[in-house]
Amino acid sequence: MVDGKVNYDDVIPNNVAISDSRKLQRAIKEWHPKFMKWWWERGPESYQHNDVYLRTAITVDASGWATYAYVRMPEYKWGIFLAPKKTETIHFGDRQGQETWESVPGEHRNDLRRLIVTQADTEPGSVEQQQLLGHSAPSLYDMRNLFQVNVEEGRHLWAMVYLLMQYFGRDGREESEGLLIRNSGDADTPRILTTFNEPIVDWLDFFCFAMFTDRDGKYQLGALAESAFAPLARTTQFMLTEEAFHLFVGETGVGRTIRRTAQLMKETPNEDVTTVDAIPLDIVQKYINYWYSVSLDLFGSEDSSNAANFFGASLKGRFGESNRKKYPDPLCRDTAYSIECLDENGRKTTTEIPMRRAMNAVLRDTYIEDTYRALRRWNKVFEKEDIQYRLQLPSDRFNRKIGLHAAHQADVEGNFLTAEEWEKRKDEWLPTPEDKAYVKTCMVPVREPGKFANWITPPYRGVSGKPIDFEYVRL
Amino acid sequence: MATELEKISFETQPDRYNHIILLVDGPIARIRLNIQEDKPLREGYKLKLNSYDLGVDIELDDAVNRLRFEHPEVSVVCIESALSGMFSAGANIFMLGASSHTHKVNFCKFTNETRINIEEATQKSGQRYVAACNGLAAGGGYELALACSEIHLIDDRKSAVSLPEVPYLGVLPGTGGLTRVVDKRKVRRDRADVFCTVAEGVKGKRAVEWGLVDYVHPSSQFVDRVNERLKELAGSGNDAKGISLTPIGATVEGGTHKYRHVTLDINVESRSARLVIEGPEASAAQIPDDPAELGADWYALRMWRELRDAILQLRFNYPTVGTISIVSKGDLKNVLALDQVVYARKDHWFVREVLLQQARVLKMIDVTARTFYALVTPGSCFAGSLMEIVFASDRAYMLDDDEGDNGIALSVLNGGALPMYHRLSRLQNRFYEEQDTVDAILERSGEIIETQEAYDLGLVTEIPDDIDWEDEIRVALEERISLSPDALTGLEANLRFVGPETMESRIFSRLSAWQNWIFSRPNAVGEKGALTSYGQPDKPEFDWSRV
Repeated sequence: MVDGKVNYDDVIPNNVAISDSRKLQRAIKEWHPKFMKWWWERGPESYQHNDVYLRTAITVDASGWATYAYVRMPEYKWGIFLAPKKTETIHFGDRQGQETWESVPGEHRNDLRRLIVTQADTEPGSVEQQQLLGHSAPSLYDMRNLFQVNVEEGRHLWAMVYLLMQYFGRDGREESEGLLIRNSGDADTPRILTTFNEPIVDWLDFFCFAMFTDRDGKYQLGALAESAFAPLARTTQFMLTEEAFHLFVGETGVGRTIRRTAQLMKETPNEDVTTVDAIPLDIVQKYINYWYSVSLDLFGSEDSSNAANFFGASLKGRFGESNRKKYPDPLCRDTAYSIECLDENGRKTTTEIPMRRAMNAVLRDTYIEDTYRALRRWNKVFEKEDIQYRLQLPSDRFNRKIGLHAAHQADVEGNFLTAEEWEKRKDEWLPTPEDKAYVKTCMVPVREPGKFANWITPPYRGVSGKPIDFEYVRL
Repeated sequence: MATELEKISFETQPDRYNHIILLVDGPIARIRLNIQEDKPLREGYKLKLNSYDLGVDIELDDAVNRLRFEHPEVSVVCIESALSGMFSAGANIFMLGASSHTHKVNFCKFTNETRINIEEATQKSGQRYVAACNGLAAGGGYELALACSEIHLIDDRKSAVSLPEVPYLGVLPGTGGLTRVVDKRKVRRDRADVFCTVAEGVKGKRAVEWGLVDYVHPSSQFVDRVNERLKELAGSGNDAKGISLTPIGATVEGGTHKYRHVTLDINVESRSARLVIEGPEASAAQIPDDPAELGADWYALRMWRELRDAILQLRFNYPTVGTISIVSKGDLKNVLALDQVVYARKDHWFVREVLLQQARVLKMIDVTARTFYALVTPGSCFAGSLMEIVFASDRAYMLDDDEGDNGIALSVLNGGALPMYHRLSRLQNRFYEEQDTVDAILERSGEIIETQEAYDLGLVTEIPDDIDWEDEIRVALEERISLSPDALTGLEANLRFVGPETMESRIFSRLSAWQNWIFSRPNAVGEKGALTSYGQPDKPEFDWSRV
């Protein structure tokens, strides 16, 4: 337990000098027990007393950011780290060329707080969504990866809370507490973003979430890593290094699922893998349609005055903003962004949005490019297994609830649908209760080291040089 | 004459007046308008026909205030003209046409305060003002007469009282004219409508009949009749001996205005200022039998005169300095003791005037278009009368320290002795229609109230502790400074006053607000606007949309 006599630097690995800061010590002293209570109540269920082979960040350099050992999750050392400073000057927006900020300018306090709280809220949200998944893990390897993701989301929460505590005074402390009070899916106090209130009931959900939704996180963090507010830029930069693993879990998870299905299709009459408890590719495609479309919503509206303010005030840039080959114009005052939408008659029309207002769409486009790269790798599995099937990403107009495309329904090709047509046909594209029920039947827990459920292949290699049959979780 | 860059000074005295002659003869005083057309405050216009600018009004204000402190024996004051056949043509139109919007607004506010002070002197100080209009009283000239408790007009078949702003200038009689005609003089609204659109005004018997003036006298008898009336009103007078209202003499170095008890630190670059008020010594509460012996150096008077000057400096000389932190240094107990004796002797003419002066300065803060944040830290002395400054502020931040060294206090003066323009006390204004709350708070008068309790009682806005304090305050100020100055002015003007209106509050909340809107409209100040084209050969051109 943390109290006044404890050396905070021992309890919380950090490079922000907690032991020199009365402000941080006071805030952490109040918040830490609440975080622990939250972790016990809403963190991974049933496995809190087990040893898990986890990676912990001790320092930000190459030698320390990934140290592996058996740890019980509640004893995990959630650290606070800032990546080394990349730049002394602001490199985009109206403040371009000025010094970056070491404290929050009063003028931007509310916007920055909102950006940080919105990002922070997703971290515990996802832990809550995944609370029960350990029970149906297809292997110890996967179970360990789930818990690794969970503790790192917990660390990301710490990273964001650090910013709130250090730079936002009492408001920041109240917001920090709010992050533990809101609860995924709760009727009264849900998580801020809808996607983080959607239940994650099976492992295909989890893999898709890690693949698509965590990838939104990567792009949001990357945009914040450009911020003129240096502590935010440095915190999110370091979070990105950990986020990469979550995307890996998602992409390879879906990849291993479809490889197993492809293998079984060749061995099964009529290619019907439901007879052997594997997941048909059509269902995988529906899961992809769902998680991809709700993740696109996370970027916010394509035409957004908030986005314009954030960019203009140098609070949030584009992904890889400093790459001036990709983004030659650091100001974006006079350019425009074209987007193809559907009008009320279902015709495609091109809308021009002033570039700054379109920053959400710009960020989303880099995300889409990235997801297509993963899609190509998945489809390579079919080439290798000599299967004709190819997975696809739906149109960005499909199943949208936020932004310019939310006005009308569209099919996966992006063609206009009336409300009636949508109701009639949506089950072709989105998982139905029957699909979900079927996937659930496949989710049989496998607890023996090196063994895997029948619906998924083993990975190519284990964690950090350990063999695949290593005892990743000691049950 | 000052150029735009030179700072305006608000200190003057009778032997330095350019434009008015102050005459005192026993109980009767005369403020004679003798406006020198070649001595405007700024270059570029002539003060013809007793028309006035801020320079004239600074003298007028000084005279009104000086009569109250230096000549308590005076019971009637006649405002008259040194010109024959002309009382006053009002505010100088060319001055208005050439002034920035900011200056116009500030000028009108100052003028409004002076007019209200004339009425206050009549009501509270026993100095009754009489306007002797020996000729035309137009626009601001008539508005000055309206501030008096009675108006005498010469009946020479040509001299009228008039408010020609609407037909001539496309603006309003905005220094109380519209309000006083109906509110104070009770002129019927339809007649007032006629009066305010007839440029040449109303004269003779009809002026009396409509209630625009009280008396008309034939030319030959005008002086005698007025004098008779002055004598009648003056009565036998009294033998009170006034004090000498000595200069407060600030030293100015860079952006720092340093007075004896008040320091105003301006930071133009960050558009903010810090106002430091030093509290009284314990000795300030020792009052002789005749309190007037304390004179102008008494803390209870001097600090408030200094504070007034500091606020005027901010208003006129630092238009972009929008956010003011107010801090104080001193002993809470000394303020409480001083307030106690002020209250105990409030019926003595001098103490009464001191209290009225304090109330006037606080009212000025209420209507000053700047953000005020009071910062209460250990060693500050926001008690009683000084606590009113905290209540007048838009927000108060109080440091929550572990030792319990930080406190505020209330005194007997918080119970209504320093009312706002709408006559509520600032506590009543803060807890509107919650008299029980107000009473419960007032029961704590004399006690030192520590931070948490002050917060629980609703007396301060936020109570950051020592760890958060510096950041909280910095961010709060930076945040405020970044907001639209116009929106803040509107926000503050609306939130600072709740509940009832009085004639005075209506002048600021309704008349000034409309006037300031018109002052920024092309129909008044555009290239072809009425104010711009006054005196030019071309007629104004209006955008005819009724907005």
